[in-house]
Amino acid sequence: MDRRTVLQGLGGAIGLASMRGFAHAAEAPLSAGLPEGLYATATMETLPGKRPLIRLTTRPPNYETPLSYFADSITPNDAFFVRYHLAQIPQVNAATWRLNVGGEGAAAPFSLTLNELEMNFEQVDIAAVCQCSGNRRGFSNPHVPGVQWSSGAMGNALWRGPRLKDVLARAQLRSEVVEIVLDGADSAPLSDTPDFVKSLPLAKAIDDNTIIALRMNGQPLPHYNGFPARLVVPGWTATYWMKHLISIQAATRPYDGFWMRGAYRIPNNMFPVVQRFLSQETAANTPITEMVVNSVIASPNEGQRFRTGERVDVRGVAWDGGYGIARVEVSVDGGMSWREATLGPDAGRFAFRSFTYGFMADVQGARRIMAKATNRIGQTQVDTLIFNPAGYHNNVVRATTIMIG
Amino acid sequence: MRNLLLVTLLMFGAAEATFAQERIALKDGTGRAVTENICSGCHSLDYIRINAPFMTRQTWTASVNKMVQMFGAPIAANDAATIVDYLTANYGPPNGSEK
Repeated sequence: MDRRTVLQGLGGAIGLASMRGFAHAAEAPLSAGLPEGLYATATMETLPGKRPLIRLTTRPPNYETPLSYFADSITPNDAFFVRYHLAQIPQVNAATWRLNVGGEGAAAPFSLTLNELEMNFEQVDIAAVCQCSGNRRGFSNPHVPGVQWSSGAMGNALWRGPRLKDVLARAQLRSEVVEIVLDGADSAPLSDTPDFVKSLPLAKAIDDNTIIALRMNGQPLPHYNGFPARLVVPGWTATYWMKHLISIQAATRPYDGFWMRGAYRIPNNMFPVVQRFLSQETAANTPITEMVVNSVIASPNEGQRFRTGERVDVRGVAWDGGYGIARVEVSVDGGMSWREATLGPDAGRFAFRSFTYGFMADVQGARRIMAKATNRIGQTQVDTLIFNPAGYHNNVVRATTIMIG
Repeated sequence: MRNLLLVTLLMFGAAEATFAQERIALKDGTGRAVTENICSGCHSLDYIRINAPFMTRQTWTASVNKMVQMFGAPIAANDAATIVDYLTANYGPPNGSEK
């Protein structure tokens, strides 16, 4: 029996199982405006080593973090979102894992054990937001195909590990190197499916803030977040944050794999992006790079009820592509008037910045609460969607409706 | 069936613990079995359910073509047509002109 026969047979097995009609475990907390099919499918489910997360797809696993976790600036490891493109995800054995560093642009290729990566290089700490490029795709209007994420395909952690530039320095890069190509241990069921491989421009790869994370919030990385090592590219979307990292190759020509040329692209000149990926740019489009400024309200919950005279505490986080949050404004009247929220501690320009804003529930009825972040280079969230075919960079100001009385 | 699942667990390792637990139902309709068998070779069927009902014949066709051309899925032309018809009828626009 070859693999294809097994796979097709399994398709049949799943079909049989599905006919038995198992119920979903619990209703997922989802906002309005998502595709109808998502509400009928998404459910709370607990992966090994995780708390219950919102399951969007099973295989490969795509699970998002419920909004309530964004009341705090650090996202717990076991609540951190899970996102894979391809369904074969190995349990990596730390003892036999090796990181291969080389490529045509490296004069001195080598490989490292996990212990060598930890003991032979300076270990640095950085707090940084890891956000899927497609976070909030589900709110696109009109809807676009893809994983229908709400606002929880993101998290902020304190990452620790060696700088990518220090590891690359040992490989003695040639002057012709333009990109650094990254591969992880996960792969596709079919050998003809392009492996998930990404590249970074050399300048971003050797940025002081780009590290190979071995620890996340003081612990080894969870399996579902890339154990034992993942790339951390502060400011840039998570597509570059290669999980289960096994290969770092110095390339003297732009990498032309599907996941660079055929995916994760935005139309040119559509978004206010400072850091571009010029060696991958075409006349029509360009790779997504840095995150746009954004914020989310974690509390109160959609539809939450308050008594007249009760205090309402609005809590959430703001973030951007690494310029730092300057201010967050909150509206409690549906956007008619805005007040500055109180910002929490500054954990660095790549981290979530928490915010709070309190007010008295006075007038009875529905109340629309909104938050809008502005970064230190003057960029702010948009009021109407900048539509693009992949549903990227959705930083529309959103509203949470509460009921008073 | 037990042997089939065991073989798969051996071949694909721990991630398939999730795979074996998949219980994603698609709607009954002409072409359901072909769609389930072929699509689930690479991904769970919830990918289909969550992308509905906003997908149209045109976008379902593009999606199936992408699986073949970009992701190397071995789908015969007649099966691809069956899948597109099934997806359009069951996961396309409600009361659309496609039905």
